Amino acid sequence: MTNTAMQQLYQQIILDHAKSRHGAPPEGLAPLHAAGLPAGLRVTESHQVNTTCGDEVTVRIGLRGTESAGEPAFGSVGEPANDAVIEEFVWTGDGCSISMASASVLHDSVRGESVESARALLNTFREMLRSRGTIEPDEEVLGDASAFAGVSRYPARVKCAMLPWVAFEAALLTE
Amino acid sequence: MTSSVSPSTRVNVRPLTNEEVDRIRNDFPIFDQLVNGHPLNYLDSGATSQNPLSVMEAEQEFYEQRNAAVHRGAHTLAFGATETFEAARAAVAAFVGAQTDEIVWTSNATEGINLVAYSFSNASLGLGGPAARRFALGAGDEIVVTEMEHHANLIPWQQLALRTGATLRFIPVQDDGTLDLAAAASIIGARTRLLALTHASNVVGTINPVAELVVLARAVGALVLLDACQSVPHLPMDLAALDVDFAVFSGHKMLGPTGIGVLYGKSELLADMPPFLTGGSMITTVDMHTAEFLAPPQRFEAGTQRISQAIALAAAVDYLTETGMDRIQAREAELGQRLVAGLAEIPGVRLLGPPAGIERIGLASFDLAGVHAHDVGQYLDEAGIAVRVGHHCAQPLHRRLGVTASTRASTYLYTTTDEVDQFLATLAEVAPFFGVRS
Repeated sequence: MTNTAMQQLYQQIILDHAKSRHGAPPEGLAPLHAAGLPAGLRVTESHQVNTTCGDEVTVRIGLRGTESAGEPAFGSVGEPANDAVIEEFVWTGDGCSISMASASVLHDSVRGESVESARALLNTFREMLRSRGTIEPDEEVLGDASAFAGVSRYPARVKCAMLPWVAFEAALLTE
Repeated sequence: MTSSVSPSTRVNVRPLTNEEVDRIRNDFPIFDQLVNGHPLNYLDSGATSQNPLSVMEAEQEFYEQRNAAVHRGAHTLAFGATETFEAARAAVAAFVGAQTDEIVWTSNATEGINLVAYSFSNASLGLGGPAARRFALGAGDEIVVTEMEHHANLIPWQQLALRTGATLRFIPVQDDGTLDLAAAASIIGARTRLLALTHASNVVGTINPVAELVVLARAVGALVLLDACQSVPHLPMDLAALDVDFAVFSGHKMLGPTGIGVLYGKSELLADMPPFLTGGSMITTVDMHTAEFLAPPQRFEAGTQRISQAIALAAAVDYLTETGMDRIQAREAELGQRLVAGLAEIPGVRLLGPPAGIERIGLASFDLAGVHAHDVGQYLDEAGIAVRVGHHCAQPLHRRLGVTASTRASTYLYTTTDEVDQFLATLAEVAPFFGVRS
């Protein structure tokens, strides 16, 4: 079989991320209450399962609030302010190369970024994946995440690529 | 001990030949297509089978010539529809060694299991009167399943246990995908009221020793429900000889349409069971406060039935009977062994279930080291090969075998040896493509 279509879907960058799994401790994640994360962070997590195939991802983030307009921009509850920073990002999961690579890329893309820019990236990524191959990715904006453009031609796999991003989005909104 | 599946009974059975399979394939329009530029290689019949023309024509002919509501109305068309509908019941009953009134139409096997569970649940509430007390469950009673059940034969029993206070227990699966019969002998005991188990595993392909387990259940007075979804389509079935009390199977896994399934129940049991779904077509007399119910099977068939699907299922049964269930079984046994032998040649493949040479139905599930099942399936799909990936609705069994997901290739009477070989050859490319060294 000629593997052209498969090579477009499974780009080397995806296969590499699926193996190296940036941000995923080999030993998995300690229970949230026992996790030794730096003080002063609002730590939340979200566990998402793809019911079609059983793939699962848990994303845990630590946000640091900043002062803006003379008020604490970041409280202990509620939606984080746009300028809060995603200081910590760890994840664990079990699934196909697309979902695992996507989590690894997500880690690299949003760790250290502001909530606002992470959200913007999330929207761009989602738009690309839902485009059925019609949107050419902007590598300047998406970086390694642009490698998932090929996934948009396989509607059954869009969920795989989105799984960690959905977990990240839910973790942002978790009180 | 399961006489219908023992290899010894197959000694003189001639499997379907490749030439016969080629002719069979001409009856299945779906195979006349390319998928991703390759001829469709459909190895997912364990999930749903394809339909021969005769099945689709039976359904169309009904709608074109005979469509009317059954068991009501006094016009000629309605009589004809009722006759055809009931003839379908008789045909399916004969196919599985049952009496006609022991066949209850359901939407699928899942609904059949839920019908039994909810009937028992209703009996536990006192419905059905003294005759139904034998089905009532409460604290101290036990329902026994196995660790290899499809979720359809697990969750209804979990829920029944929650509703009634009964306890759910299970017979463990061993590393080779067979049941631990020694454990079964100690688990099935005085408290056991029901044993619910699969005849053939949809994941590991094991054919369970039903007769032995029925003996254990009988010794303690427990009822037995058999999930026959993976056996009725693939091997000769004599439910009366197997001596189970209930059995379920689905039409769409045996060349029939979706939306039709069967619950088999022994006459004397169905006669005492309270209904699950209630409404029209299942009553004798009704006043504003009470209703009296029809005898089985109508008691369990509320509302307008799946008439065209039942008739199409009878056409499927005709097709299978004409082909010969013993010859289909022998052919699929060969294909199952061909799969197992081929998988053993591929580095990194771990077969789930009985090893080569041990009886299995014509399917094989496996794990490929370093490559997730979903990625295996994607690669095969690109070559036109349709397999099932995931947990196959059997999460506990996968957990038991130490994997979260697997890939399953499942065959049927229309599967060619070339298709099995193409699958194996393509599978051998997968690990190298994903850069996994063996």
